[in-house]
Amino acid sequence: MSNILEVRDLSVSYGGIQAVRGISFDVPEGQVVTLIGANGAGKSSTLRSIVGLVKPAGGSILFQGEELKGNPTETIVRKGITLVPEGRRVFVNLTVQENLRLGAYMRNDDLLKDLNWVYDLFPRLKERNWQAAGTLSGGEQQMLAIARALMSRPRLIMMDEPSLGLAPIIVQGVFDIIREINRRGVTILLVEQNANMALKAADLAYVMETGRITMKGKGSELAENEEIKAAYLGKARK
Amino acid sequence: MDWLSKNLPYLMAGISVGGQYALIAIGYTMVYGILRLINFAHGDIFMVAGLVMVYASTVMPVYLAIPLVLVVTVVIGFVVERVAYKPLRSAPRMSVMISAIGVSYLLQNLALYVTGGLAQQYPAIPWISDTITVFGVTTKRVTVITPPLVIVLVAALVMLIQKTKIGMAMRAASKDFETSQLMGIRINSVISMTFIIGSFLAAVGSLLFFSNYTGVTPTVGAMPGLKAFVAAVFGGIGSIPGAVIGAFIIGISENIIKGLGWTTFSDAFTFALLIVVLIFKPTGLFGEAANDKV
Repeated sequence: MSNILEVRDLSVSYGGIQAVRGISFDVPEGQVVTLIGANGAGKSSTLRSIVGLVKPAGGSILFQGEELKGNPTETIVRKGITLVPEGRRVFVNLTVQENLRLGAYMRNDDLLKDLNWVYDLFPRLKERNWQAAGTLSGGEQQMLAIARALMSRPRLIMMDEPSLGLAPIIVQGVFDIIREINRRGVTILLVEQNANMALKAADLAYVMETGRITMKGKGSELAENEEIKAAYLGKARK
Repeated sequence: MDWLSKNLPYLMAGISVGGQYALIAIGYTMVYGILRLINFAHGDIFMVAGLVMVYASTVMPVYLAIPLVLVVTVVIGFVVERVAYKPLRSAPRMSVMISAIGVSYLLQNLALYVTGGLAQQYPAIPWISDTITVFGVTTKRVTVITPPLVIVLVAALVMLIQKTKIGMAMRAASKDFETSQLMGIRINSVISMTFIIGSFLAAVGSLLFFSNYTGVTPTVGAMPGLKAFVAAVFGGIGSIPGAVIGAFIIGISENIIKGLGWTTFSDAFTFALLIVVLIFKPTGLFGEAANDKV
């Protein structure tokens, strides 16, 4: 299986502080890959540098064999990568449908089929079609953020903490959706603090600690690993 | 009836000048909405539009000069943004504001250099500058056509913002640059578009304004610019309907005060109004609660 994304020696600094210290990892096409780790491990910085919101200090990011580093965000997303940002970041002043249409901003073809596709995945969004996104609940906003990302027909969706701040039952729903999207052929790179859920959902998992990748394995294997259990899974169940 | 015939000219002048302020105020409010920048150079762009008309009309017929004014003003607005504001995109907001003040003085001094500081006579635009009599009031036709023209332009602008893709991108960018970029929106194009629209409306405003107040001096943009800015703040900066309503209120009150014989205080009134608004309703009539963009 080929890798849709290959990250090599990526490092990210803010001022003098190194957030990511030369990490390398692969995202095989068609899989769910997760990057778990504690707060401040550099997970978000990794995603943000892949999509060009942060300039990497060094290393390379290959998407389908093409170097992404140095491109502006709007060019990178046009290649078929998208990021569901931390904190959802829906456009609260726009309606649900406008948010979805913005997700497909760079496309000029007919959106009806895609709108129906995401409405089928998220029936709740169809009900709320004409509401301002700011009036949705946190869980609904997360669904909208994911649906909005799908509207660009990405090959790779990256999600930054999609379960953050959501009730456990809603979190379950989010992970069900992640698996469903993956079944429909989209590769997923998932960053999570909720290691328990993330490892269950992932084919491949990486553990990040203070800017480095310290462990790698199948999701199911890492979920059974004693070290991981002690460091992350206990915390996650708190 | 006597009261009406005495005050109607002032009321009409007020509505008209209010419409002209509105066209300028939209430029302030839109740029603020997207960049959180008070574009201090906006009033001077309005002045430059006036000067371009003065010089263009000496070498070509008016029906060519008018479109030229619109195009040149739009280009100047676009270039100012690219040269003076874009390089400072990630700089602190204060730096951009200083840059805007710099552009303002630059344009004023260029105008001073070109005109030699003498007031330039604005050309009479046929039809628009004609004298007409409405309800027994003698005025220029521009007074009467300004309000409907402003309404049409504002309606078109609102349609653009609410119904088109670029309008949607503008609304998105006004809330969140980063996420807009994630949608594939080219932020710089959206910002340029904002300056283009603002400069275009300021150019239209200058055609109407100077048809009534015919002297163009290098600092002539300052007062209308400042009043349009007050109108934008009064209406709630960032809000287009707010800016338009604020501008009409200021234009009308200013002229009513003149009608009462207190001409000396008409400008003072405008700024007193600004102070009162800032004290009692800092976000203006239609402003949103202040929340900084992340």
